[in-house]
Amino acid sequence: MPEGVSLSALAALPWDAVLILLPLTGAVAAGLWPRSARPIGLLVSAGGIPILVGLGTAVAGTDGLHHAVGGWGAPLGIELRADALSLVFLATTALVGLGVALYADSYFEPTLARWFWPLWLFLLGALNALFLSADLFNLYVTLELMGLAAVALTALGGGRAALTGAMRYLLATLLGSLVYLLGVALLYHATGTLDFGLLGQRLEAGPASRTALGLMGAGLALKTALFPFHFWLPPAHASAPAPVSALLSALVVKASFYILVRLWLELFAPLAATAATGQVLGLLGMAAILWGSWQALRQPRVKLLVAYSTVAQIGYLFLAFPLLSAAGLPDAAAWRAVLWLVLAHALAKAAMFLAAGNLLRFGGHDRITDLDCVAQRLPLTVAAFALAGVSIAGLPPTGGFIGKWLLLEAALLQGRWDLVTVMLLGGLLAAGYVFKVVGHFFTPAATRHEAQRVPARMEWTALGLAVLALLLGLAPGILLPWFDSAVVMPMAGARQ
Amino acid sequence: MNPGNGILLSVLASSLLPGLVIFAIAEHRIALRTTLNLLGAVVKLVLVGWMLWGVAHGQAYELRLALLPGLDFVLRAGPLALLFVTLSSVLWLLTTLYAIGYLEGSPHRSRFFGFFSLCVTATVGVALAGNLLTFLLFYELLTLSTYPLVVHRATEAARRAGQSYLVYTLSGGVLLLAGTVWLYSLTGTLEFRATGFVQDLDASHHGALIAIFWLLIAGVGVKAALFPLHGWLPQAMVAPAPVSALLHAVAVVKAGAFGIVRIVYEVFGVEQAADLGVTLPLAGLAAFTILYGSLRALYQDDLKRRLAFSTVSQVSYIALGVAIAGPIATIGGLVHLVHQGLMKITLFFCAGNLAETLHIHRISEMDGVGRRLPWTMGAFTLAAFGMIGLPPVAGFVSKWYLGLGAMEAGQDWVVLVLAGSSLLNAAYFLPILHRAWFRAPAGDGFAAAGGRHETGWLLLWPPVITAAMSLGAGMLAFIPFSPLEWVQFIGRREFIGYE
Repeated sequence: MPEGVSLSALAALPWDAVLILLPLTGAVAAGLWPRSARPIGLLVSAGGIPILVGLGTAVAGTDGLHHAVGGWGAPLGIELRADALSLVFLATTALVGLGVALYADSYFEPTLARWFWPLWLFLLGALNALFLSADLFNLYVTLELMGLAAVALTALGGGRAALTGAMRYLLATLLGSLVYLLGVALLYHATGTLDFGLLGQRLEAGPASRTALGLMGAGLALKTALFPFHFWLPPAHASAPAPVSALLSALVVKASFYILVRLWLELFAPLAATAATGQVLGLLGMAAILWGSWQALRQPRVKLLVAYSTVAQIGYLFLAFPLLSAAGLPDAAAWRAVLWLVLAHALAKAAMFLAAGNLLRFGGHDRITDLDCVAQRLPLTVAAFALAGVSIAGLPPTGGFIGKWLLLEAALLQGRWDLVTVMLLGGLLAAGYVFKVVGHFFTPAATRHEAQRVPARMEWTALGLAVLALLLGLAPGILLPWFDSAVVMPMAGARQ
Repeated sequence: MNPGNGILLSVLASSLLPGLVIFAIAEHRIALRTTLNLLGAVVKLVLVGWMLWGVAHGQAYELRLALLPGLDFVLRAGPLALLFVTLSSVLWLLTTLYAIGYLEGSPHRSRFFGFFSLCVTATVGVALAGNLLTFLLFYELLTLSTYPLVVHRATEAARRAGQSYLVYTLSGGVLLLAGTVWLYSLTGTLEFRATGFVQDLDASHHGALIAIFWLLIAGVGVKAALFPLHGWLPQAMVAPAPVSALLHAVAVVKAGAFGIVRIVYEVFGVEQAADLGVTLPLAGLAAFTILYGSLRALYQDDLKRRLAFSTVSQVSYIALGVAIAGPIATIGGLVHLVHQGLMKITLFFCAGNLAETLHIHRISEMDGVGRRLPWTMGAFTLAAFGMIGLPPVAGFVSKWYLGLGAMEAGQDWVVLVLAGSSLLNAAYFLPILHRAWFRAPAGDGFAAAGGRHETGWLLLWPPVITAAMSLGAGMLAFIPFSPLEWVQFIGRREFIGYE
């Protein structure tokens, strides 16, 4: 059967390696030849999607692909692993990355663009490598690379606020990696391996594994900006250039969260002794939702508001930790909901930051009360912000609603009224801060400002991402099975 | 494939697609926009007429799309759904005509008509929803798509009104969501059924069911403007007249009232609801809202605000009729859904004419206005009589059935509430009529009419037509396809106990 042949030929290609090497090569090329940086950057950003389709075809129907780079497998060499969970994060990265790249192409002046493209491609390569790594040390390396690229991008705009924000971010991200590395070292000492598969067999409940979990968890929580470790996020995300803010909020904080999910589902949750850690993470998640939303509501500027909204939305991702199934294992339904929220939030938050960037470009400021009839003058941007905000607030018919519904359902089935109440309150507060801005879109400002032209592409990319967040809510049934296996696969692997 | 799929989707699409296209139409292309608007409205009306005919002859229309595992997106056109769909579609056409006249020359009309069409789509979706999740989806969509209409004037007052509107309605939405997902975790289904779907739960869940009932009722009660959740409605009157007319007299508040009907009858089942002991408090709350709204209306000088408080009062007749839990009272409540819609939209159209033609916003400025706008004030008078409940206007029919049903159910106190409310209605409507018809205009009187008509024909005809319809619905209450006949048909088809 020719079709079967071509499919297996597709499956045989090393898609995972291409997904890492292409952006890294692109980054080097874009750095060496600044004049070609733009076509290289756009091409590589767009190339992620077909490569991912290839990888998806290869992964479909298997319980994950393993690929030993250069033929050296664990425990010596670098091993790559692609399964449905990696694909969720890779696809999120590819989609948001393409949208932001198209936006950035119109956003940056040539002097900044020559720095943006290599850094972005470097970040993209690091992200892809992180989602494909199969051992704890490689995860550390990719995490560090990603952090450095992200800090450099944050500082790209220059100026005092951006540099202060970037410096704080640098310290936080280095500290986070360091603490994570301590945990890794401890695990290596206890088990003699860093490979996920081998760790799963050798790890036992005890003080060593508990301390390791505590250290790695704390380091990753710092990098994910989980309350109360969120202090570095608002200044960094609010002062970075708009496309960078979008990348940081939509993708970079999700990367450290991805590691935490991996650790939790595959290594630690099966050790029953970690239930208390799950409860603590859940509590911090609830605190993040309430505190972040409340702070967002109080912000006078759009970008700061959106940044605090990220602090709140990260809280939702941690609500699955305290939910355990009857057998004491992670609740698959709750994790499915959380992964859904990862994708929905990434699309919507990127759209919001891009829209905020348009507002900033248009009026020269992003003070909420001074917004001047933008609903009439930048309708596409306003539509993007409002649609994305509706998804962030978890209102139908958007992807955010579906995620919230699934998570509410999982929490209710376990009788966790505390989680339910916080989620509902968080949704209300989110609607509050979103529509606080939307309300001022319509009214004229007290003083008229000179308006700058906003390129059409910057408006359309913001709207495109917001529409994707909306579409996610219209036919969730198409994607849900994939999210199911994204949770079930790592857990099944852990039980073997 | 069910033959209903196409037609149900078309009914939604007939307002959704024109709405989406209109957003993209340049401001000055009036002819194109108007054509699209009217085309959509007429197509919708034809489709609805077709379905009415089909349902009356035993046809069932259902559309089911998988949304989440175990939960479908369901549209179903039963007699009850069509009652609300028909009301919305007929009034949409008339209000579109009115709005074209009203907004002539004002800015941002593409945005206005775009969201207006989205609102109608959401309203029709609320009516056709076949389960609680679908209902919730459209209910929230209605909230979101009305917001830009409330703030349409882009003034600081409009922004504040919009903010307050959202605080109320989105809080309601959260309660509705909480109740819905809680109920789903207990029953595993959300499908509307003629006798409800909670009867299989054992007695240990009664506490939870009572809590869910109040969560759901509070959720829809915000839009139905049940006391103390009514505060947004008078504030939202800052919106342009067509919005006040269709949305805040008909679509939005009726979506809430319609939700009460669905929840009492098709989620809980009226007998289980009565067993849980929740219907009587609901009836009490509705009765209180009726009197409270009327009392507050008495003290408003702003015409639209008086009408708004009157809406607060009148919409609760529907909740009252449903909560009395007897078949005849329910007939009264349901038929009031249509009757109140026809009468109140007439009143708001007329208020819009006064504002647009003569810049009159306050009742104290209305002296002698009947001489200048005889047709407008004639329609207003007819609708006001209906509100008071004078025969043969439609409002009388509703009140008659409500009273009769209350007596039959042994709730005699309701008759006192109805009588008290009618007196209050008279007390706040008759002074307006007296001023308009029997007082001399202040100062130099009103400027003479410019053309052949007292105002633009697009502004004049809609209220005259809806006033005539209110009269017709009362006088011809027993001909086929009259609102009353249709509601009795619903009673026979969907609810137990009406012969």
